Amino acid sequence: MIRPALLALLALAACKREIRDLRTDPPVQAALEGIRLMPNGIGGAPPPVISAQGDPYETNAWQLNQGKQLYTWFNCKGCHADGGGLSGPALTDGWWRYGSDPVTIFSVLHDGRPNGMPAFRDKLTPDQIWQLAGYVRTLGSYSGKTAAPSRNDEIQSRPAESRAPAATPLSMPPSR
Amino acid sequence: MHWQSVLEPQGPQAAHLHWLIVVFFGVCAAVWLLVMLVLLLGLLRRRPAPVPPLPANPASERRAGVIVGSAVGATVLVISALTVLSAVTTHAISADPSDPLLVQIRGHMWWWEITYEGDRPDHAFITANELHVPVGRTIQLELSADDVIHSFWVPNLAGKMDLIPGRDNQLSFSADHAGLYRGQCSQFCGLEHAHMALFVVAEDPAAFERWRASQIAEAAQAATPEQARGRDVFASRQCAACHTIRGTPANGNIGPDLTHVGGRAWVGAGLLPTTRGSLAAWIADPQGVKPGTNMPMVPLGADELKDVSAYLAALK
Amino acid sequence: MTDPRIAPDTRDTQVPAGLLERQLGRVWGTPEGFWAALATVDHKRVGRRYIITAFIFLAFGGVLAMAMRLQLARPEGRVIGPDRYDQVFTMHGATMMFLFAVPVMEAVAVFLVPLMVGTRNIAFPRLNAFSYWIYLGGGIMLWSAFAMDMAPDIGWFAYVPLSGPQFGAGKRADIWAQMITFTEVSALAVAVEIVVTVLKQRAPGMSLDRIPLFVWAMLVTAFCIIMAMPAIMIASSSLILDRLVGTHFFNPAEGGDVLLWQHLFWFFGHPEVYIIFIPAVGMVSSILPTFCRRPVFGYLPLVMALLATGFLAFGLWVHHMFTTGLPRLGESFFTASSMAIAIPNGVQIFCWLATICLGRPVLRTPMLFVLAFFFTFVIGGLTGVMVASVPFDTQVHDTYFVVAHFHYVLIGGAVFPLLGAIYYWFPKFTGRMMSERLGRWVAFLVFVGFNLTFFPMHLLGLRGMPRRIYAYPTEMHWGGLNLFVSASAVMLAAGFLLFFIDAIRSARSGEPAGDNPWDAPTLEWATASPPPAYNFAHIPVVTGPNPLWEHRDALPVVTGLRVERREILVTSVAGAVPQARESSPRNSIWPLWTAITTSIMLIWSIFSPWAVLYGSIPIGFALVFWFWPKGTPEDEA
Repeated sequence: MIRPALLALLALAACKREIRDLRTDPPVQAALEGIRLMPNGIGGAPPPVISAQGDPYETNAWQLNQGKQLYTWFNCKGCHADGGGLSGPALTDGWWRYGSDPVTIFSVLHDGRPNGMPAFRDKLTPDQIWQLAGYVRTLGSYSGKTAAPSRNDEIQSRPAESRAPAATPLSMPPSR
Repeated sequence: MHWQSVLEPQGPQAAHLHWLIVVFFGVCAAVWLLVMLVLLLGLLRRRPAPVPPLPANPASERRAGVIVGSAVGATVLVISALTVLSAVTTHAISADPSDPLLVQIRGHMWWWEITYEGDRPDHAFITANELHVPVGRTIQLELSADDVIHSFWVPNLAGKMDLIPGRDNQLSFSADHAGLYRGQCSQFCGLEHAHMALFVVAEDPAAFERWRASQIAEAAQAATPEQARGRDVFASRQCAACHTIRGTPANGNIGPDLTHVGGRAWVGAGLLPTTRGSLAAWIADPQGVKPGTNMPMVPLGADELKDVSAYLAALK
Repeated sequence: MTDPRIAPDTRDTQVPAGLLERQLGRVWGTPEGFWAALATVDHKRVGRRYIITAFIFLAFGGVLAMAMRLQLARPEGRVIGPDRYDQVFTMHGATMMFLFAVPVMEAVAVFLVPLMVGTRNIAFPRLNAFSYWIYLGGGIMLWSAFAMDMAPDIGWFAYVPLSGPQFGAGKRADIWAQMITFTEVSALAVAVEIVVTVLKQRAPGMSLDRIPLFVWAMLVTAFCIIMAMPAIMIASSSLILDRLVGTHFFNPAEGGDVLLWQHLFWFFGHPEVYIIFIPAVGMVSSILPTFCRRPVFGYLPLVMALLATGFLAFGLWVHHMFTTGLPRLGESFFTASSMAIAIPNGVQIFCWLATICLGRPVLRTPMLFVLAFFFTFVIGGLTGVMVASVPFDTQVHDTYFVVAHFHYVLIGGAVFPLLGAIYYWFPKFTGRMMSERLGRWVAFLVFVGFNLTFFPMHLLGLRGMPRRIYAYPTEMHWGGLNLFVSASAVMLAAGFLLFFIDAIRSARSGEPAGDNPWDAPTLEWATASPPPAYNFAHIPVVTGPNPLWEHRDALPVVTGLRVERREILVTSVAGAVPQARESSPRNSIWPLWTAITTSIMLIWSIFSPWAVLYGSIPIGFALVFWFWPKGTPEDEA
């Protein structure tokens, strides 16, 4: 009696990080788009379905890995390099032009921003945008999460996300 | 249609391998039968067991030694013969091809990207999951992988060769008869390794050239208003971000090239036969039929789904 | 423990006969109680624990196999999804190979080798205890991960890049890699003990040409383990480093190589299957003489064949990589060497057949399993000759043909002899006989069930069914054969279930056995069943390869060992001439603590590289307490 209970307890801890939720139900997919932004466009409330699912886009290794795959596939590197920034701002220096909370990053990806950030609402489905947002937050995170992805099989340009911080945060705001 | 069998060779390479398999089976079966016979004889000659163990009889020990020694010698001969046979077969199937047709195959999780070079740069084209070859001509495949190790295997035509990231492998084969041959990835490559099939369509050279010309051409124009709506949905929604349809604005290069998807026999790397309905089913719920696939569930309305599936099914 | 009631340096000649056994039992025994049992270093108790644990993992692995067969019974089955199925087949392979097959063979050796060579305990007894605990730790870690949906899903050989940092999301592959560390440390420890026991602790007179064939087999196996395990430890450690720290061992873009993994793994992986098979060969060579009522035919060729197999096993590994596009000449070399290993195997088979033909076979249960072994292993060996050929392999590699082949050689070649060995040595382990009637049923169900389950897989592979697929389309017409295979697997499972029932019932209430119920020739049968803690009241002297048949009344013995402390006799390597009396360690709880601290460090290091530094501190403490000189009699000359 005790042993199964203990096992179940242990299971809950690792459960969130390792499950592979392969299929997003259509109602959940629709609900994922329902963020509520603050009037100034920065920050807001995430859709309740995210916390109902256990916040997978922050804590689930597979979702973060999918986000990393999307980062490569949709050529984020073209402007942001591996996070160090090129024509677009750096994502790893600890400075966030519009804020670093998940809702803001979702909004940036979904609707785009002036000066060159494209809108991805017609290129990615809502759960993909959340995956990418979760990944971008691990890029800029100060400590390596256990669930964060590791290096890609390509030319090394910075430490793996699981070995964060990727770069020492700047003490002054970036020039661009 | 020949369903992916080693035992039904349809090309010279597979035929050599089939012959080798038959010979090996014959020799090995004979050896096994012989061993079982001797075992049976030894058991049938049982007599009541003496309580103290038997003393050794030098004469029968010597005779047994001679027999065992001869058996070992025979084993050496058989092994050597089989090794030589194996080397002969390797040599036979790797004869230098003349005027091969060059095709590049790149393995993705979980589909096959197939590139025909052609004699001019504008005669190159990319397709997916279906390899057309002219009968009788040697096909030389350049195999590479985009992500993890896959393996190209069409048993009716040839043995398998792995697609390894960071390495370029080659495989040559030819088909003797026109027909449709199924192959499957045979190196575990993740969640949907089980559903990574491909088809080789062998056709006579004239038919092959017609097919090639049609593939080089751009996508068919929308013929009905429904297809036109479908084309617009495709271009404006998430579809165009991942897929290419040459002749339209859609030029994504993450998923398979869909320029002539309606003309392919199967959808989803051998998952469903291509029909308008199966295309709709695939788009409506890819994770339902192929859980783990990288294609997301694009939120389309019912009418949009109808239109897009009509458009894609018409892209022959 | 020193017995303080007895004066130091009291020899066994100075103790009256009736009191000797009691005195030895006091000095060598393990006290009653739970904590004392945890601290035992008696090789028999550790060996029994090891065997039982390994069979529990066999049962777990078997349940996984039944789950797979349930999913594959119908086309496009929906019993298990792809993610769970990938975990199931990886766990099945890893459990069977790392948690059952190698450990059970080592466990049987841990119990039997000291008895067969005529000594009182295995060499390095505390290391032996440690090796069991660390093995248990690895098994618990792997199966706990499975309970948490965290089991590795990359196949039991975990090819990169699928198991690498980019495509192996989460910690699943790290669990696999660290499980390797646990089980390989355990295996290496036992291998070292076996080598030293066999080379330095044999009974006087047991020269190299009088060593029982099972002991020879374990000696060869131990050397194979010592040579092979480092390769996979390098591989798994490199994988953890790639995933955790960001090294590039297997990253082609930065100068690494995807195929490096395969070379490293299979350099271990091929000897691994011989590490599983060679002990089984030794078991067959032990059972046959007893049940053919004559010494085995061709002792010297059999020993040479063992040595040749162990040596050649290291030259075959590329036959697992025939489809990777390696140069043709190199691949052909490995065809030749893979075929060549059939020659020593053939020598063994022919010598055994000669033993049967020249002897008087007695068809008791252990012999039935040996006969099942002949039928099955020869098929497996011959399909092995087939897949050794490069062109043949290009058609059947990674299909159900290979699945059939390796199950034929592993189950036929290793598990059948193992089951026979359990029936054979059960009286020695427990003092009771297993049921002859149930044993025949087990042999029948397992033999028939196995062949009905796995023979059709040859055909499935030739008809194009690849490995490791969680479902297959209806159009492929594989459904009928798969359904037959799944149904036959139920018969195989029933056989194993009956075996477990028989073992448990017999251990409780089986017919009591005497010292030598089978009238066998080797030394383990010269003492009580089960043996007392000290194995032999006097160390026997050996004058031939079949001591109990040469001296049917009483064995000659040596006298003069001390009785107030644990003492063993050390002899020379070649001729087993007595060289010295050596003390043997007492019971100690520190191997358990060392295993616990090591397990903590290894599991922690899955999550952080700093664990290697900080986690080593408790290990250091445990080792210091383990080795601290306490003024015990071990340190006296």
